[in-house]
Amino acid sequence: MNICVCVKQVPASNETRLDPVTHTIIREGAEGILNPFDAFAVEEAVRLKARFGGRVTALSMGIPAAEAMLRRVIAVGADDAVLLTDRAFAGSDTLATARVLARAVGKLGLPDLILCGRMATDGDTAQVGPMLAENLGLPHVSDVAAVESLEDGALTVRRLTDDGYARVRVRLPALLTVLREINVPRLPSIEGVLRGEAAGIAVWDHDSVAMPPEQAGLAGSATRVVRTVRPDLSVKTVAIEGTPAEQAAALIDCLRAEKLIGTEEQP
Amino acid sequence: MTDRIRPGGVWVYCEQSGPAVRPVSLELLGQAARLAGRMGRAVTAVLIGGDVKGLAARLAAYGADIALCVQDDALAFPDELRYADELAALAAAYRPDALLLGATAFGRSLAPRLAARLGTGLTADCTALEIDPESGLLLQTRPAFGGNLMATIVCPAGRPQMATVRPRVFAAPRPDASRACEVIVGRPVSRESPVELIERIASDSELGIGEADVLVSVGQGIGGAANIELAEALARRLHGALSASRPMVDSGLVPYARQVGQTGKTVAPRLYIALGISGAVQHMAGVAARTIAAVNTDPDAPIFRYAHYAVRCDCGAFLREMLEKLN
Repeated sequence: MNICVCVKQVPASNETRLDPVTHTIIREGAEGILNPFDAFAVEEAVRLKARFGGRVTALSMGIPAAEAMLRRVIAVGADDAVLLTDRAFAGSDTLATARVLARAVGKLGLPDLILCGRMATDGDTAQVGPMLAENLGLPHVSDVAAVESLEDGALTVRRLTDDGYARVRVRLPALLTVLREINVPRLPSIEGVLRGEAAGIAVWDHDSVAMPPEQAGLAGSATRVVRTVRPDLSVKTVAIEGTPAEQAAALIDCLRAEKLIGTEEQP
Repeated sequence: MTDRIRPGGVWVYCEQSGPAVRPVSLELLGQAARLAGRMGRAVTAVLIGGDVKGLAARLAAYGADIALCVQDDALAFPDELRYADELAALAAAYRPDALLLGATAFGRSLAPRLAARLGTGLTADCTALEIDPESGLLLQTRPAFGGNLMATIVCPAGRPQMATVRPRVFAAPRPDASRACEVIVGRPVSRESPVELIERIASDSELGIGEADVLVSVGQGIGGAANIELAEALARRLHGALSASRPMVDSGLVPYARQVGQTGKTVAPRLYIALGISGAVQHMAGVAARTIAAVNTDPDAPIFRYAHYAVRCDCGAFLREMLEKLN
Protein backbone atom coordinates (compact mmCIF):
# COMPACT_ATOMS: atom_id res chain seq x y z
CA MET A 1 0.00 0.00 0.00
CA ASN A 2 1.66 3.21 -1.15
CA ILE A 3 0.93 6.09 1.18
CA CYS A 4 1.32 9.83 0.87
CA VAL A 5 1.35 11.66 4.18
CA CYS A 6 0.75 15.42 4.12
CA VAL A 7 2.60 17.41 6.76
CA LYS A 8 2.86 21.07 7.62
CA GLN A 9 5.40 23.16 9.47
CA VAL A 10 3.66 25.41 11.98
CA PRO A 11 4.96 28.11 14.32
CA ALA A 12 6.16 26.65 17.60
CA SER A 13 4.27 29.33 19.48
CA ASN A 14 0.85 30.93 19.33
CA GLU A 15 2.59 34.33 19.59
CA THR A 16 2.82 34.79 15.85
CA ARG A 17 3.82 37.78 13.75
CA LEU A 18 1.48 38.73 10.93
CA ASP A 19 2.09 40.60 7.73
CA PRO A 20 0.46 44.01 8.28
CA VAL A 21 -0.88 44.16 4.71
CA THR A 22 -2.06 40.64 3.93
CA HIS A 23 -2.73 39.55 7.56
CA THR A 24 -1.02 36.26 6.78
CA ILE A 25 1.56 34.58 9.01
CA ILE A 26 5.18 35.65 8.69
CA ARG A 27 6.74 32.20 8.67
CA GLU A 28 10.31 33.24 7.98
CA GLY A 29 12.49 33.51 11.06
CA ALA A 30 9.91 32.00 13.40
CA GLU A 31 10.74 28.70 15.03
CA GLY A 32 8.92 25.99 13.11
CA ILE A 33 7.82 22.54 14.23
CA LEU A 34 5.97 19.64 12.64
CA ASN A 35 2.26 20.28 13.17
CA PRO A 36 1.58 18.12 16.25
CA PHE A 37 -1.43 16.45 14.61
CA ASP A 38 0.66 15.44 11.61
CA ALA A 39 2.97 13.36 13.80
CA PHE A 40 0.09 10.90 14.22
CA ALA A 41 -0.48 10.77 10.46
CA VAL A 42 3.23 10.08 9.89
CA GLU A 43 3.27 7.36 12.54
CA GLU A 44 0.14 5.73 11.14
CA ALA A 45 1.63 5.78 7.64
CA VAL A 46 4.77 4.03 8.91
CA ARG A 47 2.68 1.46 10.82
CA LEU A 48 0.44 0.75 7.82
CA LYS A 49 3.54 0.29 5.68
CA ALA A 50 4.76 -2.28 8.21
CA ARG A 51 1.37 -4.05 8.08
CA PHE A 52 0.68 -3.94 4.37
CA GLY A 53 3.97 -3.04 2.64
CA GLY A 54 4.52 -0.23 0.17
CA ARG A 55 6.23 3.14 0.39
CA VAL A 56 5.59 6.26 2.44
CA THR A 57 6.11 9.64 0.81
CA ALA A 58 5.85 12.80 2.88
CA LEU A 59 4.52 15.90 1.15
CA SER A 60 4.66 19.43 2.48
CA MET A 61 4.07 22.94 1.23
CA GLY A 62 6.02 25.58 3.07
CA ILE A 63 9.06 27.78 3.32
CA PRO A 64 12.49 26.34 2.37
CA ALA A 65 13.30 25.85 6.06
CA ALA A 66 10.57 23.18 6.22
CA GLU A 67 13.10 20.84 4.62
CA ALA A 68 14.54 20.15 8.09
CA MET A 69 11.11 19.05 9.28
CA LEU A 70 10.84 16.64 6.34
CA ARG A 71 14.21 15.12 7.28
CA ARG A 72 12.81 14.38 10.73
CA VAL A 73 9.77 12.75 9.09
CA ILE A 74 12.14 10.49 7.14
CA ALA A 75 13.99 9.82 10.41
CA VAL A 76 10.85 8.21 11.86
CA GLY A 77 10.17 6.05 8.83
CA ALA A 78 9.04 7.88 5.69
CA ASP A 79 10.88 6.74 2.55
CA ASP A 80 10.96 10.01 0.62
CA ALA A 81 9.81 13.58 0.94
CA VAL A 82 8.77 16.40 -1.34
CA LEU A 83 8.77 20.07 -0.39
CA LEU A 84 6.59 22.43 -2.38
CA THR A 85 8.13 25.83 -1.96
CA ASP A 86 7.68 28.94 -4.06
CA ARG A 87 6.90 32.59 -3.33
CA ALA A 88 3.89 32.02 -5.58
CA PHE A 89 2.47 29.66 -2.93
CA ALA A 90 2.76 32.17 -0.08
CA GLY A 91 -0.49 33.30 1.53
CA SER A 92 -2.50 30.39 0.14
CA ASP A 93 -5.82 29.80 1.86
CA THR A 94 -7.05 26.24 2.35
CA LEU A 95 -8.60 26.12 -1.13
CA ALA A 96 -5.38 27.21 -2.86
CA THR A 97 -3.27 24.95 -0.65
CA ALA A 98 -5.38 21.93 -1.49
CA ARG A 99 -5.09 22.83 -5.18
CA VAL A 100 -1.27 22.88 -5.03
CA LEU A 101 -1.14 19.66 -3.01
CA ALA A 102 -3.45 17.94 -5.50
CA ARG A 103 -1.11 18.88 -8.35
CA ALA A 104 1.81 17.44 -6.41
CA VAL A 105 -0.01 14.19 -5.63
CA GLY A 106 -0.88 13.95 -9.30
CA LYS A 107 2.77 14.32 -10.22
CA LEU A 108 3.83 11.70 -7.65
CA GLY A 109 1.23 9.30 -9.00
CA LEU A 110 -1.97 8.62 -7.06
CA PRO A 111 -1.12 6.58 -3.94
CA ASP A 112 -3.47 4.00 -2.39
CA LEU A 113 -3.88 6.13 0.69
CA ILE A 114 -3.35 9.77 1.69
CA LEU A 115 -3.05 10.56 5.38
CA CYS A 116 -3.39 13.99 6.97
CA GLY A 117 -3.46 15.18 10.55
CA ARG A 118 -6.85 16.25 11.85
CA MET A 119 -5.93 19.91 11.43
CA ALA A 120 -2.99 22.28 11.74
CA THR A 121 -2.47 24.20 14.94
CA ASP A 122 -1.80 27.48 13.13
CA GLY A 123 -5.11 27.50 11.30
CA ASP A 124 -7.37 25.11 13.21
CA THR A 125 -9.57 24.75 10.12
CA ALA A 126 -9.38 20.98 9.37
CA GLN A 127 -10.21 21.91 5.77
CA VAL A 128 -7.21 20.99 3.63
CA GLY A 129 -7.64 17.21 3.96
CA PRO A 130 -11.24 17.00 2.70
CA MET A 131 -10.51 19.67 0.05
CA LEU A 132 -7.52 17.68 -1.22
CA ALA A 133 -9.67 14.54 -1.40
CA GLU A 134 -12.29 16.43 -3.39
CA ASN A 135 -9.69 17.84 -5.79
CA LEU A 136 -8.36 14.34 -6.42
CA GLY A 137 -11.84 12.84 -6.75
CA LEU A 138 -11.18 10.56 -3.76
CA PRO A 139 -13.44 9.70 -0.84
CA HIS A 140 -12.29 10.83 2.59
CA VAL A 141 -12.96 9.84 6.15
CA SER A 142 -12.11 12.45 8.75
CA ASP A 143 -11.32 12.10 12.46
CA VAL A 144 -10.15 8.50 12.18
CA ALA A 145 -9.36 6.90 15.55
CA ALA A 146 -8.25 3.46 14.30
CA VAL A 147 -7.47 1.66 11.05
CA GLU A 148 -8.86 -1.80 11.70
CA SER A 149 -8.38 -3.90 8.57
CA LEU A 150 -7.74 -4.00 4.85
CA GLU A 151 -9.89 -6.35 2.76
CA ASP A 152 -10.57 -6.45 -0.96
CA GLY A 153 -9.09 -3.00 -1.53
CA ALA A 154 -11.13 -1.35 1.21
CA LEU A 155 -10.09 -0.12 4.65
CA THR A 156 -12.30 -0.52 7.70
CA VAL A 157 -11.74 2.41 10.03
CA ARG A 158 -13.26 3.79 13.22
CA ARG A 159 -14.07 7.47 13.15
CA LEU A 160 -15.12 9.88 15.87
CA THR A 161 -18.58 11.34 15.26
CA ASP A 162 -20.77 13.81 17.09
CA ASP A 163 -22.62 10.95 18.75
CA GLY A 164 -19.78 8.56 19.50
CA TYR A 165 -17.90 6.52 16.95
CA ALA A 166 -18.76 4.89 13.64
CA ARG A 167 -17.11 2.03 11.83
CA VAL A 168 -16.99 2.66 8.11
CA ARG A 169 -15.52 0.86 5.14
CA VAL A 170 -13.87 3.03 2.50
CA ARG A 171 -12.68 1.84 -0.89
CA LEU A 172 -9.12 2.76 -1.80
CA PRO A 173 -7.70 5.03 -2.99
CA ALA A 174 -8.91 7.32 -0.23
CA LEU A 175 -7.83 10.07 2.15
CA LEU A 176 -8.02 9.84 5.94
CA THR A 177 -7.52 12.54 8.52
CA VAL A 178 -6.39 11.05 11.81
CA LEU A 179 -6.90 11.84 15.48
CA ARG A 180 -4.37 11.94 18.26
CA GLU A 181 -5.82 8.78 19.79
CA ILE A 182 -4.87 6.67 16.75
CA ASN A 183 -1.32 5.93 17.95
CA VAL A 184 1.69 7.04 19.95
CA PRO A 185 4.35 8.39 17.59
CA ARG A 186 7.78 6.84 17.92
CA LEU A 187 10.98 8.74 18.53
CA PRO A 188 13.58 8.64 15.78
CA SER A 189 16.39 6.14 16.06
CA ILE A 190 19.99 7.16 15.48
CA GLU A 191 19.94 5.25 12.19
CA GLY A 192 16.75 7.08 11.28
CA VAL A 193 18.25 10.48 11.99
CA LEU A 194 21.26 9.62 9.85
CA ARG A 195 18.96 8.41 7.06
CA GLY A 196 17.00 11.66 7.28
CA GLU A 197 20.15 13.75 7.11
CA ALA A 198 21.41 11.83 4.09
CA ALA A 199 18.08 11.80 2.24
CA GLY A 200 17.56 13.81 -0.88
CA ILE A 201 14.46 15.99 -0.46
CA ALA A 202 12.74 16.84 -3.73
CA VAL A 203 12.05 20.58 -3.89
CA TRP A 204 9.29 21.60 -6.27
CA ASP A 205 8.05 25.02 -7.36
CA HIS A 206 4.95 25.99 -9.30
CA ASP A 207 6.57 24.99 -12.59
CA SER A 208 7.36 21.53 -11.19
CA VAL A 209 3.67 20.86 -10.65
CA ALA A 210 2.44 22.88 -13.67
CA MET A 211 0.56 25.22 -11.34
CA PRO A 212 -0.35 28.57 -12.87
CA PRO A 213 0.94 31.06 -10.24
CA GLU A 214 -2.33 33.01 -10.31
CA GLN A 215 -4.16 29.92 -9.04
CA ALA A 216 -1.92 29.61 -5.96
CA GLY A 217 -0.93 31.84 -3.08
CA LEU A 218 -2.89 34.97 -2.25
CA ALA A 219 -3.88 35.40 -5.90
CA GLY A 220 -5.44 31.95 -6.04
CA SER A 221 -7.20 32.20 -2.68
CA ALA A 222 -10.95 32.61 -2.43
CA THR A 223 -10.76 34.22 0.99
CA ARG A 224 -9.08 37.40 2.20
CA VAL A 225 -8.32 38.41 5.75
CA VAL A 226 -9.50 42.01 5.96
CA ARG A 227 -8.94 42.72 9.62
CA THR A 228 -7.16 41.22 12.61
CA VAL A 229 -7.78 42.33 16.17
CA ARG A 230 -6.10 41.23 19.38
CA PRO A 231 -9.08 40.61 21.62
CA ASP A 232 -9.11 41.79 25.19
CA LEU A 233 -9.14 38.47 26.99
CA SER A 234 -9.03 39.92 30.48
CA VAL A 235 -11.99 39.15 32.69
CA LYS A 236 -13.14 40.60 35.97
CA THR A 237 -12.34 37.92 38.50
CA VAL A 238 -14.27 37.56 41.74
CA ALA A 239 -12.14 35.82 44.37
CA ILE A 240 -14.15 33.55 46.63
CA GLU A 241 -12.49 33.23 50.04
CA GLY A 242 -13.14 31.32 53.23
CA THR A 243 -13.26 27.72 54.35
CA PRO A 244 -14.16 25.11 51.69
CA ALA A 245 -17.73 25.08 53.06
CA GLU A 246 -18.00 28.87 52.83
CA GLN A 247 -16.43 28.90 49.40
CA ALA A 248 -18.82 26.24 48.08
CA ALA A 249 -21.82 28.08 49.52
CA ALA A 250 -20.68 31.43 48.09
CA LEU A 251 -20.03 30.00 44.64
CA ILE A 252 -23.44 28.30 44.57
CA ASP A 253 -25.06 31.65 45.47
CA CYS A 254 -23.17 33.47 42.71
CA LEU A 255 -23.97 30.84 40.09
CA ARG A 256 -27.63 30.77 41.08
CA ALA A 257 -27.81 34.56 40.94
CA GLU A 258 -26.54 34.38 37.38
CA LYS A 259 -28.99 31.54 36.66
CA LEU A 260 -26.05 29.38 35.60
CA ILE A 261 -27.23 26.58 37.83
CA GLY A 262 -30.77 25.71 38.84
CA THR A 263 -32.40 26.10 42.21
CA GLU A 264 -33.70 23.03 44.05
CA GLU A 265 -37.07 23.04 42.34
CA GLN A 266 -35.70 22.92 38.84
CA PRO A 267 -35.15 19.56 37.11
CA MET B 1 -44.24 33.93 0.42
CA THR B 2 -43.80 32.35 -2.99
CA ASP B 3 -42.53 35.56 -4.57
CA ARG B 4 -39.53 35.38 -2.23
CA ILE B 5 -38.38 32.12 -3.79
CA ARG B 6 -35.69 33.34 -6.08
CA PRO B 7 -32.02 32.71 -6.47
CA GLY B 8 -29.67 33.83 -3.73
CA GLY B 9 -30.28 34.41 -0.08
CA VAL B 10 -28.76 32.90 3.00
CA TRP B 11 -28.82 29.13 3.33
CA VAL B 12 -28.40 27.00 6.38
CA TYR B 13 -27.55 23.35 5.98
CA CYS B 14 -29.69 21.80 8.72
CA GLU B 15 -27.93 18.72 10.01
CA GLN B 16 -29.89 16.07 11.85
CA SER B 17 -29.18 13.90 14.81
CA GLY B 18 -31.44 10.89 14.45
CA PRO B 19 -34.91 12.17 13.61
CA ALA B 20 -34.31 15.70 14.98
CA VAL B 21 -32.52 18.76 13.66
CA ARG B 22 -29.31 19.49 15.57
CA PRO B 23 -29.60 22.55 17.82
CA VAL B 24 -26.72 24.31 16.01
CA SER B 25 -28.87 24.39 12.86
CA LEU B 26 -31.57 26.29 14.74
CA GLU B 27 -28.95 28.67 16.12
CA LEU B 28 -27.76 29.29 12.56
CA LEU B 29 -31.29 29.91 11.29
CA GLY B 30 -31.48 32.79 13.76
CA GLN B 31 -28.25 34.26 12.39
CA ALA B 32 -29.34 33.64 8.81
CA ALA B 33 -32.59 35.52 9.43
CA ARG B 34 -30.64 38.50 10.80
CA LEU B 35 -28.18 38.51 7.88
CA ALA B 36 -30.83 37.91 5.24
CA GLY B 37 -32.82 40.80 6.68
CA ARG B 38 -29.85 43.12 6.05
CA MET B 39 -29.60 41.82 2.51
CA GLY B 40 -33.32 41.86 1.79
CA ARG B 41 -33.16 38.18 0.98
CA ALA B 42 -34.82 34.98 2.08
CA VAL B 43 -33.58 32.32 4.50
CA THR B 44 -33.46 28.83 3.10
CA ALA B 45 -33.08 25.75 5.29
CA VAL B 46 -31.58 22.81 3.43
CA LEU B 47 -32.53 19.36 4.66
CA ILE B 48 -30.97 16.17 3.34
CA GLY B 49 -31.78 12.72 4.66
CA GLY B 50 -33.99 9.66 4.52
CA ASP B 51 -37.18 11.36 5.67
CA VAL B 52 -36.89 15.10 6.21
CA LYS B 53 -39.96 16.88 4.85
CA GLY B 54 -41.68 16.62 8.21
CA LEU B 55 -39.01 18.82 9.77
CA ALA B 56 -39.80 21.85 7.60
CA ALA B 57 -42.48 23.30 9.87
CA ARG B 58 -40.12 23.33 12.83
CA LEU B 59 -37.49 25.15 10.76
CA ALA B 60 -40.05 27.75 9.69
CA ALA B 61 -40.66 28.52 13.36
CA TYR B 62 -36.95 29.25 13.74
CA GLY B 63 -36.72 31.58 10.76
CA ALA B 64 -36.68 29.59 7.52
CA ASP B 65 -38.67 31.15 4.65
CA ILE B 66 -38.01 28.19 2.42
CA ALA B 67 -37.21 24.58 3.22
CA LEU B 68 -35.31 22.86 0.47
CA CYS B 69 -35.62 19.13 1.03
CA VAL B 70 -33.84 16.25 -0.64
CA GLN B 71 -34.85 12.86 0.65
CA ASP B 72 -33.97 9.36 -0.37
CA ASP B 73 -33.32 6.10 1.47
CA ALA B 74 -29.73 6.25 0.25
CA LEU B 75 -29.34 9.57 2.10
CA ALA B 76 -30.49 8.18 5.45
CA PHE B 77 -26.98 8.34 6.89
CA PRO B 78 -24.62 11.31 6.63
CA ASP B 79 -22.10 10.74 3.84
CA GLU B 80 -19.80 13.55 2.78
CA LEU B 81 -19.70 12.58 -0.89
CA ARG B 82 -23.41 12.07 -1.34
CA TYR B 83 -24.37 15.14 0.66
CA ALA B 84 -21.81 17.25 -1.22
CA ASP B 85 -23.36 16.01 -4.48
CA GLU B 86 -26.81 17.10 -3.31
CA LEU B 87 -25.72 20.48 -1.94
CA ALA B 88 -23.62 21.24 -5.01
CA ALA B 89 -26.60 20.52 -7.27
CA LEU B 90 -28.90 22.73 -5.20
CA ALA B 91 -26.31 25.53 -5.10
CA ALA B 92 -25.91 25.35 -8.86
CA ALA B 93 -29.68 25.59 -9.33
CA TYR B 94 -30.48 28.32 -6.81
CA ARG B 95 -27.16 30.21 -6.37
CA PRO B 96 -27.20 31.14 -2.70
CA ASP B 97 -25.20 34.18 -1.55
CA ALA B 98 -24.11 32.49 1.64
CA LEU B 99 -24.22 29.00 3.11
CA LEU B 100 -23.81 28.38 6.83
CA LEU B 101 -23.11 24.98 8.37
CA GLY B 102 -22.71 23.82 11.94
CA ALA B 103 -19.10 23.09 12.85
CA THR B 104 -19.99 19.60 14.02
CA ALA B 105 -17.72 16.69 13.19
CA PHE B 106 -19.80 16.03 10.08
CA GLY B 107 -20.19 19.69 9.16
CA ARG B 108 -16.43 20.24 9.39
CA SER B 109 -15.92 17.26 7.11
CA LEU B 110 -18.66 18.05 4.58
CA ALA B 111 -18.12 21.80 4.24
CA PRO B 112 -14.53 21.74 2.89
CA ARG B 113 -15.38 19.04 0.36
CA LEU B 114 -18.31 21.13 -0.86
CA ALA B 115 -16.28 24.35 -0.92
CA ALA B 116 -13.62 22.67 -3.06
CA ARG B 117 -16.33 21.30 -5.36
CA LEU B 118 -17.83 24.76 -5.78
CA GLY B 119 -14.43 26.49 -5.90
CA THR B 120 -15.46 28.93 -3.21
CA GLY B 121 -14.04 30.14 0.09
CA LEU B 122 -14.82 28.60 3.45
CA THR B 123 -14.20 30.06 6.91
CA ALA B 124 -14.12 27.63 9.81
CA ASP B 125 -15.52 28.15 13.29
CA CYS B 126 -16.84 31.68 12.94
CA THR B 127 -17.84 33.45 16.13
CA ALA B 128 -19.37 36.54 14.50
CA LEU B 129 -21.12 37.07 11.17
CA GLU B 130 -22.08 40.47 9.77
CA ILE B 131 -22.88 42.04 6.43
CA ASP B 132 -20.47 44.76 5.30
CA PRO B 133 -22.80 47.71 4.55
CA GLU B 134 -20.55 48.93 1.71
CA SER B 135 -19.65 45.77 -0.16
CA GLY B 136 -22.56 43.61 0.93
CA LEU B 137 -20.02 40.86 1.67
CA LEU B 138 -20.36 38.48 4.57
CA LEU B 139 -17.84 39.47 7.25
CA GLN B 140 -16.75 36.24 8.89
CA THR B 141 -14.85 36.59 12.17
CA ARG B 142 -13.02 33.69 13.75
CA PRO B 143 -10.42 33.20 16.45
CA ALA B 144 -6.89 32.37 15.32
CA PHE B 145 -3.78 31.20 17.17
CA GLY B 146 -5.59 29.80 20.14
CA GLY B 147 -7.78 32.87 20.49
CA ASN B 148 -4.85 35.31 20.61
CA LEU B 149 -6.21 36.98 17.51
CA MET B 150 -9.62 37.56 15.94
CA ALA B 151 -9.47 37.54 12.15
CA THR B 152 -12.23 38.90 9.92
CA ILE B 153 -12.38 37.12 6.57
CA VAL B 154 -14.30 37.79 3.37
CA CYS B 155 -14.87 35.80 0.22
CA PRO B 156 -15.04 38.51 -2.46
CA ALA B 157 -15.74 36.48 -5.59
CA GLY B 158 -16.65 32.88 -4.75
CA ARG B 159 -20.29 31.97 -4.17
CA PRO B 160 -21.77 30.93 -1.91
CA GLN B 161 -19.75 32.55 0.85
CA MET B 162 -19.36 29.55 3.14
CA ALA B 163 -18.85 29.50 6.89
CA THR B 164 -19.04 26.97 9.68
CA VAL B 165 -20.05 27.96 13.20
CA ARG B 166 -19.51 25.96 16.37
CA PRO B 167 -22.52 24.78 18.32
CA ARG B 168 -23.72 27.18 21.03
CA VAL B 169 -21.78 30.20 19.79
CA PHE B 170 -25.13 31.81 19.03
CA ALA B 171 -28.38 31.40 20.91
CA ALA B 172 -31.27 29.79 19.05
CA PRO B 173 -34.05 32.28 18.30
CA ARG B 174 -37.35 32.00 20.11
CA PRO B 175 -39.53 29.77 17.90
CA ASP B 176 -42.60 31.36 16.34
CA ALA B 177 -45.10 28.59 15.62
CA SER B 178 -47.22 30.93 13.49
CA ARG B 179 -44.50 31.18 10.83
CA ALA B 180 -44.79 28.96 7.78
CA CYS B 181 -42.37 28.25 5.00
CA GLU B 182 -42.49 27.17 1.40
CA VAL B 183 -41.33 23.58 1.00
CA ILE B 184 -39.40 22.73 -2.13
CA VAL B 185 -38.53 19.10 -2.76
CA GLY B 186 -35.39 18.52 -4.77
CA ARG B 187 -34.64 15.40 -6.78
CA PRO B 188 -31.77 13.33 -5.37
CA VAL B 189 -28.77 13.36 -7.69
CA SER B 190 -25.98 11.73 -5.68
CA ARG B 191 -24.10 8.71 -6.88
CA GLU B 192 -23.20 5.63 -4.91
CA SER B 193 -20.55 6.41 -2.32
CA PRO B 194 -17.31 4.47 -1.81
CA VAL B 195 -17.79 4.99 1.93
CA GLU B 196 -20.09 2.52 3.66
CA LEU B 197 -21.34 2.75 7.23
CA ILE B 198 -20.89 -0.56 9.05
CA GLU B 199 -22.08 0.37 12.51
CA ARG B 200 -22.48 3.26 14.87
CA ILE B 201 -21.02 3.01 18.33
CA ALA B 202 -22.62 5.37 20.82
CA SER B 203 -19.90 6.75 23.10
CA ASP B 204 -21.61 6.64 26.44
CA SER B 205 -25.26 7.39 26.92
CA GLU B 206 -24.31 10.56 28.73
CA LEU B 207 -24.49 14.08 27.40
CA GLY B 208 -21.67 14.96 24.97
CA ILE B 209 -19.34 17.73 26.11
CA GLY B 210 -20.17 19.82 23.04
CA GLU B 211 -23.86 20.05 23.96
CA ALA B 212 -23.68 20.44 27.72
CA ASP B 213 -24.84 23.68 29.35
CA VAL B 214 -22.55 23.00 32.28
CA LEU B 215 -19.16 21.31 32.13
CA VAL B 216 -17.33 20.11 35.21
CA SER B 217 -13.79 19.74 33.97
CA VAL B 218 -10.92 18.01 35.72
CA GLY B 219 -7.16 18.51 35.45
CA GLN B 220 -3.99 17.24 37.03
CA GLY B 221 -4.71 19.04 40.27
CA ILE B 222 -7.96 17.13 40.87
CA GLY B 223 -6.23 14.81 43.37
CA GLY B 224 -6.97 11.24 42.39
CA ALA B 225 -9.59 9.05 40.79
CA ALA B 226 -11.96 9.31 43.77
CA ASN B 227 -12.22 13.06 43.18
CA ILE B 228 -12.98 12.46 39.50
CA GLU B 229 -15.98 10.46 40.65
CA LEU B 230 -17.04 13.38 42.84
CA ALA B 231 -16.63 15.71 39.86
CA GLU B 232 -18.80 13.39 37.80
CA ALA B 233 -21.41 13.43 40.55
CA LEU B 234 -21.36 17.23 40.53
CA ALA B 235 -21.74 17.24 36.74
CA ARG B 236 -24.78 14.97 37.04
CA ARG B 237 -26.24 17.11 39.81
CA LEU B 238 -25.90 20.22 37.61
CA HIS B 239 -27.34 18.38 34.57
CA GLY B 240 -24.02 18.83 32.85
CA ALA B 241 -21.17 16.65 31.71
CA LEU B 242 -17.67 15.74 32.81
CA SER B 243 -14.74 16.92 30.71
CA ALA B 244 -10.99 16.96 31.22
CA SER B 245 -7.69 18.47 30.24
CA ARG B 246 -5.18 16.56 28.16
CA PRO B 247 -3.02 15.04 30.96
CA MET B 248 -6.09 13.32 32.41
CA VAL B 249 -6.80 11.74 29.03
CA ASP B 250 -3.17 10.84 28.42
CA SER B 251 -3.04 9.00 31.74
CA GLY B 252 -6.19 7.06 30.82
CA LEU B 253 -8.38 8.48 33.59
CA VAL B 254 -10.89 10.11 31.23
CA PRO B 255 -11.79 9.04 27.65
CA TYR B 256 -10.53 11.13 24.73
CA ALA B 257 -14.07 12.08 23.67
CA ARG B 258 -14.18 14.20 26.86
CA GLN B 259 -10.94 16.11 26.25
CA VAL B 260 -11.19 19.89 26.00
CA GLY B 261 -8.51 21.95 24.28
CA GLN B 262 -6.56 22.42 21.13
CA THR B 263 -5.95 18.69 20.69
CA GLY B 264 -9.41 17.79 21.95
CA LYS B 265 -12.75 19.52 21.51
CA THR B 266 -13.77 23.15 21.63
CA VAL B 267 -16.64 23.62 24.04
CA ALA B 268 -18.98 26.52 24.67
CA PRO B 269 -20.99 25.78 27.82
CA ARG B 270 -22.71 28.49 29.80
CA LEU B 271 -20.70 27.43 32.83
CA TYR B 272 -17.26 25.81 32.93
CA ILE B 273 -16.11 24.64 36.33
CA ALA B 274 -12.37 23.98 36.07
CA LEU B 275 -11.14 21.73 38.86
CA GLY B 276 -7.38 21.47 39.23
CA ILE B 277 -6.81 22.71 35.69
CA SER B 278 -3.76 24.95 35.39
CA GLY B 279 -5.09 26.82 32.33
CA ALA B 280 -2.42 26.27 29.69
CA VAL B 281 -2.96 28.17 26.44
CA GLN B 282 -3.57 24.89 24.61
CA HIS B 283 -6.39 24.04 27.00
CA MET B 284 -7.96 27.48 27.05
CA ALA B 285 -8.01 27.51 23.23
CA GLY B 286 -10.82 24.97 23.53
CA VAL B 287 -12.86 26.84 26.13
CA ALA B 288 -15.44 29.34 24.90
CA ALA B 289 -17.54 29.40 28.05
CA ARG B 290 -19.71 32.31 29.13
CA THR B 291 -18.61 31.91 32.74
CA ILE B 292 -15.59 30.10 34.14
CA ALA B 293 -15.28 29.10 37.78
CA ALA B 294 -11.82 27.84 38.64
CA VAL B 295 -10.84 25.79 41.67
CA ASN B 296 -7.13 25.38 42.27
CA THR B 297 -4.71 25.41 45.21
CA ASP B 298 -2.04 27.25 43.20
CA PRO B 299 -2.66 31.03 43.40
CA ASP B 300 -0.44 31.57 40.35
CA ALA B 301 -2.30 29.09 38.12
CA PRO B 302 -2.96 30.81 34.76
CA ILE B 303 -6.58 29.59 34.87
CA PHE B 304 -7.33 32.36 37.37
CA ARG B 305 -6.61 34.96 34.66
CA TYR B 306 -9.54 33.57 32.66
CA ALA B 307 -11.82 32.81 35.59
CA HIS B 308 -14.87 34.86 36.57
CA TYR B 309 -14.89 33.10 39.93
CA ALA B 310 -11.59 32.14 41.52
CA VAL B 311 -11.73 29.58 44.31
CA ARG B 312 -8.39 28.82 45.97
CA CYS B 313 -9.19 25.49 47.51
CA ASP B 314 -8.41 21.79 47.46
CA CYS B 315 -10.60 20.16 44.82
CA GLY B 316 -11.63 17.19 46.94
CA ALA B 317 -12.73 19.33 49.90
CA PHE B 318 -14.51 21.76 47.58
CA LEU B 319 -16.37 18.99 45.75
CA ARG B 320 -17.56 17.34 48.93
CA GLU B 321 -18.92 20.67 50.19
CA MET B 322 -20.56 21.48 46.86
CA LEU B 323 -22.29 18.09 46.68
CA GLU B 324 -23.45 18.29 50.28
CA LYS B 325 -24.95 21.75 49.77
CA LEU B 326 -26.63 20.86 46.50
CA ASN B 327 -28.10 17.55 47.64
